[in-house]
Parts: sequence; C-alpha cells; structure tokens
Amino acid sequence: MISIMNTIGIWLAAFFTLCIFSFLYKDNPFYKFAEQVFVGLSAAYWLVYIIYSIMVPNLFAKLATDFSGNIILLIPAALGLMMLMRIHPKMQWISRYPIAIMVGTTAGISMLRYMKSDILQQLTATMINPFAADTPAEIAGNLLMIIGTICGVYFFYFSKKQEGVSKAVSKVGIWFLMVSFGATFGYTVMARISLLIGRLDFLLGDWLHLIK
Amino acid sequence: MKLSVLAERRIIYLVLFVAVALPLLFPIGWKTEVSGYTQMVYDLVENTPENEVVIISFDYDPSTMTELQPMGEAMIEHAFKRKQKIIATALWPMGVQMAEQAFDKVLKDYHDKQRGVDYVNLGYKVGGMVTIQAMGRDLKEVFPTDTRNTPYEEIPLLMNVRRLKDIAWVSSLSSGVPGLKEWMMVARDSYNVPVTGGCTAVSAPGFFPYVNEQQQLTGLLGGLKAASEYESLIGRLGSATTKMDAQSIAHLLILIFIALGNIKVFAAKRRKNK
Repeated sequence: MISIMNTIGIWLAAFFTLCIFSFLYKDNPFYKFAEQVFVGLSAAYWLVYIIYSIMVPNLFAKLATDFSGNIILLIPAALGLMMLMRIHPKMQWISRYPIAIMVGTTAGISMLRYMKSDILQQLTATMINPFAADTPAEIAGNLLMIIGTICGVYFFYFSKKQEGVSKAVSKVGIWFLMVSFGATFGYTVMARISLLIGRLDFLLGDWLHLIK
Repeated sequence: MKLSVLAERRIIYLVLFVAVALPLLFPIGWKTEVSGYTQMVYDLVENTPENEVVIISFDYDPSTMTELQPMGEAMIEHAFKRKQKIIATALWPMGVQMAEQAFDKVLKDYHDKQRGVDYVNLGYKVGGMVTIQAMGRDLKEVFPTDTRNTPYEEIPLLMNVRRLKDIAWVSSLSSGVPGLKEWMMVARDSYNVPVTGGCTAVSAPGFFPYVNEQQQLTGLLGGLKAASEYESLIGRLGSATTKMDAQSIAHLLILIFIALGNIKVFAAKRRKNK
C-alpha cells in the first residue's frame, strides 16, 4: 500500500513539475491549474499544521489538562482572536491592539540584539590591525575590507555635496558596491540553477529512473 | 534568419535544460576547490572532542532541499565519524521531516548509532529568536519531549544537557527567517556557543560578513558548491558532488549566453550608427 501511494505521489509530483515548466513555453491552462492547486494545498496544509502543531499542544491541550495552572494562556488566545477581527470591516479596529503589542514586543526583543550583532560586532570586526595577518594575501584582504567598508559607507553620506576628494572616495565606494552586487548576482544564478538541478534530478532519477 | 525575442528565450531554456540534464545522466567528475569558509566549518567539527553534544538545526523546507539537504547529511556523517552526539531541532515546521530523511540516509552506513543515545530529533518549535533565547535558559522547557514523545529526562543523550551552554557547537541549515542569523544573534552573541551553518547560495553573500574576526559565524557553507566541498573533505560521494557537474556546465553556458547577448547588443549599436 505504501509503495502504491509512493508511486502515485511521484507521478503526481512529476505531472505538476512538468505543468510548471510548461510556463517557459507560454502561459497555459496546465500551468494555471498547477499554480492554483499549489496555492490551495499550501494554504490548507499550513492551516492544519498550525492547528495541530502549534494551537493544540501549546494552547488547547494545556488548558484541557490544567486550566487554572495555564490560565495565563487565555491572554495570547484572546489576542489571537482579536487579530481575526480584521475579517469584519466594522470590528477591524480591534485587531490594531494585538498588532501594536506584536510590533512593540518584536522591536523590544530585536533592537538590542541587532544593535549588538549587526552594528557593534560588525564595527569591532572592521577595527583590526590590517598588517597583523600572516600572509601578504591576508594583509591585502584586510586592507581591502577596511577601505571597502569606509568608502562604501561614505557613498551613502548625502549631507554634503560630494566633490573633489570626497567624490573620489565615493567613486571607490561605488566600485566596491558593484563588485558585491556582481558576487550576489553570481550566487543568485547558482541558487536558481540548483533549483533546476533539483527538479531535473527528481524527474530523471525518482520518476524515470535514468540516474543510477 | 531573425528570431523573435520569445523564440530566443525558448532556445535558451531548452539549451539550459539539456545542459543541466546531460551531466546528471553522464557525470563528468570535476573536482571543486575547498574554500576557506568550508574549511572553517570542517575544522570546527573535526576539532570538537568525542562525546560532545552538538545541535544541527534544520531551518528549511523541501523547496531548498537540493542545496541544504546534502549539507545536513554531510554534517551528520562528520559528527558521527567524530563520535559526537547530535540534537536535531527545527525552527521551520518541515525541518522535522528534513532531519528524519537526513538521519535515515546517513544511518544506512552507521548501523551502530542509536536514537536517543547518539542522536535525537527534538522537532519543531515556533518562535524563532525567542525560542533560541529560551533554549539558552532551559532546553527541557522548550522541548519537553522528542518527536516520538519520549520525555526529555528519559533520553540518555540529554542527561547532561540543560541549556545552550552545554552544547559544543550549533549548526543552522537555513533558508530564511528564522534561521542562521537568529542562532548567531542569540547562541553566539549572547551565550558564546560557536555557531556555524549553511544557507542557500542566494543568501550566502549576506552572511559572509559575519565570518569575521569576532567569529560571529565559524565558517559558512553557501549553496551547493560548499556542500560538495564539505562532502569532498569528509570523503563522501554525496548528492552535492554529483550535482556540481551540472552546476558548472550551467554556469559556463550562462557565461556564454552573457557574452553572446553583449555581442548582439554591440552589433546592433554598430548597425544603427552606420
């Protein structure tokens, strides 16, 4: 039985993969069908998953087993229900309260951590002695990092007209930014090709059994 | 013969399709050079003593498994080889199944490894950064049971593990938020636990600055190429290695297409000027 279900699953996955690939030729009913099935299935899957993996163990089961001990859980439950009021146009305003609490809490939790990890630690990592490295390549790398950081940040300094020396610094900053965009583009290409490889690997391997 | 833009695009898709398919069917076996970032990840696992407990967090779903699953399998195998104990967690719901699949695959070569003794899957927990913060205080509070409903205190591997400080290193295989960055911000920057991991190639440039003097990240596996590098370091012929041939051919082809596109634009400009 498991084997039959597995085979049906593989054939369905292959069918939907080909439906999605058909868009590369042109938009067509097969593509639209696959797209809508995907959106519908995903929404249904997540709804069921959230109910059984988050709501039931973290809320309903705890309240059912020890209501008085977990009475505090009624607060997030009420906030969740208030969030759903967005559906009703006249009661939409109620949802603003849980959203405000969420935004405030997230900002409070994240602010210090981002300040430490993204600003302080990153600044400290740039404040190094570039000549303390072991090899000439590492020294060159350190110098490039320091110059690139200073010039790149300076490019975004708009309070003063950039001319003369400051224009030159800004130009160097643009060059560093361009190189980083190029590297990012290269990595993006690699990621997209990986997705194609994954699908072809499935079609040629799991479905057609052509890959040994 | 002049082709329409649409026809040209279709030809490109077809050629790319064939170029990726052929190396999958007939592998070439090209070798990839190991980068410094991958070597750092390898060294971290390699230099961690035996019997230490480590966390591998599967923070992705099937949409990115081509890139991240080989990393997960390779890291599990490496940790098993070094006789380290693995706790699998997931900040993404489907990460639980990804972890199970990875363990199933690696365990085919490691029959002696036992669930609960050498590895455990604690499953998914919602909350991202807040969850990791709670793990820093008390792991049992966050994961009272594993995925098979075995209570925390009955799992031998977890006997001496109370909080994140008891973990030798954390590896997050991450395809978005929550993931590697959250682990780094809390586990590394707050609890001083070495954090490493892997991410999709798209997000790799955003993570590289964290591999720095402050060791916010101890190395990074970025995309399929890094996964194949890691496989070669541990001597495993995994799926990333076999897929890198297709990746390399596709990159060469794209370079050729970029060159052809530029030649075409220059030729058109020249014709216009004449």
